[in-house]
Amino acid sequence: MAEVAFSDVAKIFADGTRAVSDLTLEGHDGEFMVLVGPSGCGKTTALRMVAGLEEISEGEIRIGDRVVNGVAPRDRDIAMVFQSYALYPHLSVYDNIAFSLRLRKEDKAEIDKRVRDAAKILDLEPLLQRKPRALSGGQRQRVAMGRAIVRQPAAFLMDEPLSNLDAKLRVQMRAEISKLQRDIGVTTIYVTHDQVEAMTMGDRVAVMRKGQLQQVAPPQELYDHPLNIFVGGFIGSPAMNLVEATLERSNGGLIVKLGSRALALDDENVSARPALRSFEGRNVVVGIRPEHLEDPSVARDTPDDRRLTGHVELREALGSELMVHLRIDAKPALTEEVHELAQDAGTTAEQMLGGSQHAVVVGRFSADSSVVEGKDTEVAVDTRSLHFFDPETGLAIYDSNR
Amino acid sequence: MSSTAAPGSVGRPRGRRLPSIFKRQGWQAFLFIGPALLLLLVLIVYPMIRTIIYSFGNTNSRLEITRWIGFDNYTRMFTRDKSFLNLDVFPPSGALVNNVKWMILYTTVSLLLGLLIAVLAARVRYEALMKSIVFVPMAIAATAVAIIWKFVYEPDPNLGSLNGFITTLGSDPIAWYGRADTVNYALIFAYIWASTGFAMVVLSAALKGISEEVIEAARTDGAGEWDIFRRIQLPLLSLPIAVVTVWLLINVIKVFDLIYVMTGGGPGAASEVIAVTMVDEFGNGEGGYAAAIAVVMMLLIIPIMAFNVRRFRSERVTG
Repeated sequence: MAEVAFSDVAKIFADGTRAVSDLTLEGHDGEFMVLVGPSGCGKTTALRMVAGLEEISEGEIRIGDRVVNGVAPRDRDIAMVFQSYALYPHLSVYDNIAFSLRLRKEDKAEIDKRVRDAAKILDLEPLLQRKPRALSGGQRQRVAMGRAIVRQPAAFLMDEPLSNLDAKLRVQMRAEISKLQRDIGVTTIYVTHDQVEAMTMGDRVAVMRKGQLQQVAPPQELYDHPLNIFVGGFIGSPAMNLVEATLERSNGGLIVKLGSRALALDDENVSARPALRSFEGRNVVVGIRPEHLEDPSVARDTPDDRRLTGHVELREALGSELMVHLRIDAKPALTEEVHELAQDAGTTAEQMLGGSQHAVVVGRFSADSSVVEGKDTEVAVDTRSLHFFDPETGLAIYDSNR
Repeated sequence: MSSTAAPGSVGRPRGRRLPSIFKRQGWQAFLFIGPALLLLLVLIVYPMIRTIIYSFGNTNSRLEITRWIGFDNYTRMFTRDKSFLNLDVFPPSGALVNNVKWMILYTTVSLLLGLLIAVLAARVRYEALMKSIVFVPMAIAATAVAIIWKFVYEPDPNLGSLNGFITTLGSDPIAWYGRADTVNYALIFAYIWASTGFAMVVLSAALKGISEEVIEAARTDGAGEWDIFRRIQLPLLSLPIAVVTVWLLINVIKVFDLIYVMTGGGPGAASEVIAVTMVDEFGNGEGGYAAAIAVVMMLLIIPIMAFNVRRFRSERVTG
């Protein structure tokens, strides 16, 4: 068991692509560290550099006390679980799990004991003599896990191990892997593009984008205090609503002007984000999580300055709650992604959105809500939970030195 | 074969079952396969039966059967025809023995060389170029290969490149295909040169079919390059290796053109093989004897073919 640390690591491919830049990150001993980000963000490359399957272009990676830059994969004492499971097709489940032990010339009885122990933990006992092709996806996944845990390595590296499973099995395996990792206590680096997996499994989550680390924090902190628009929008499902607004002063307090409506900010909200004051009279991007929007007929005592007006475009009933898509009188925020999309299409973001004055936001309403599709409605906003971002830099607005 | 099973019983062993199309819609099925079946009958089955019939007789120069002699052609082949099989000397000699040498040397060396090049080529940057070079001889007709290697083996060091090379090292030139003790190896080597490309291409393609992640998994599991080859790649290549081996064996049992052009079976009968003997005897007007040799050649090939077919069938059932 050991910690896994990146310091100033970069990966530059032969064609000049920078897949990972200046990555500094430490997975503590026994920690479950999740690398999450959209496809192409460099998370898998980062993992493969730890495994030794990808050369490290710059910086260094440590496993325990040892810098492993020049160390061959076989000598790094890590176990990797691949997206495709990568089971040895010609070997039985038993032999798949025993493979690494046999390579290390372990004692036969010891191998047998450890394989059977791993099989027991993973419920693979009745399948030991089967070949991988005779297994279901979930069983294959378990064999891949078995192959990793039997090694008792310094670290587990997992590359989207659940993405080939169906939704139900994924939820189940998610819990099993978390539990297994906690029981064994081996430092784990887990790569996924699924932010739900990241939130539910990780002790800490590292969000990456375009090869750059955006934020590392425990899941709840990531959710409550995203450092920039990207993290705010990426973490959480449905995603955080991002709209443009202006910050103004009215009756001594700050208000957020969203089109024709205004939301009043509490003093505590402002004091938690002292830097907000400097944005007075300027544009900001306001982030509203879907659960902070509610039907006022449910949240009855919401005052008028905590409300928006929206047109119900779509009402998705999920049984326990409603997802309500509302068109509100405010500009959608032009995030960096939108700018990039526009650049690829050879236009500007403003043109692409047609200078839209109407953002569509998603609200997570109580199932008791009586909103009707195609009608206008009032929307109650939990203003204490608003997020603010600087439209210029994309950074979240907290206190001035953050 | 399940001779004990009742006719039409459902308990036939797997893989032996007739395709259900025959039972369901017999005449329609034959409508589709009829033309192909007819061609097979006319071009393969009929000549085969005729050959077997010929092998029990003597023929005149117009290849008409003049006398039925039973199995005498076969006994002649294995006892009296010393250029076909001579067990009186040690080591035994004759066309059949030469053919066995071919089978062993040519098959193993072509296969191992092909495998080696396939594995090594996958690790270099100029893989495509390297494979193309090795594959080129495959595109050359065997008769042309014979001409090329005649030049290589030419006794005159000013013409023959091999002798040119060894004479610069101070050795005397060797008449590679003019001496009974070297001629077979010289021929076999030339044929290996022409066939390694085939083994390499098939095995290289199969090697590419092995998932890169499986190799990487082995690597992180602690396997070195040799372990990866022996424990992962080699077992996963067992089917293509069997296919290549069978192809090489069948090819070598039938080997004819290269020898015929380079040495004609000589010097003396030193480089005779089954097929060359067969053609020679045919030219001598010994149609019956030639037919008997052809039958023996076929009997040698049948078990290999049977192995191949069974191998494919078992792959299909389990795979």
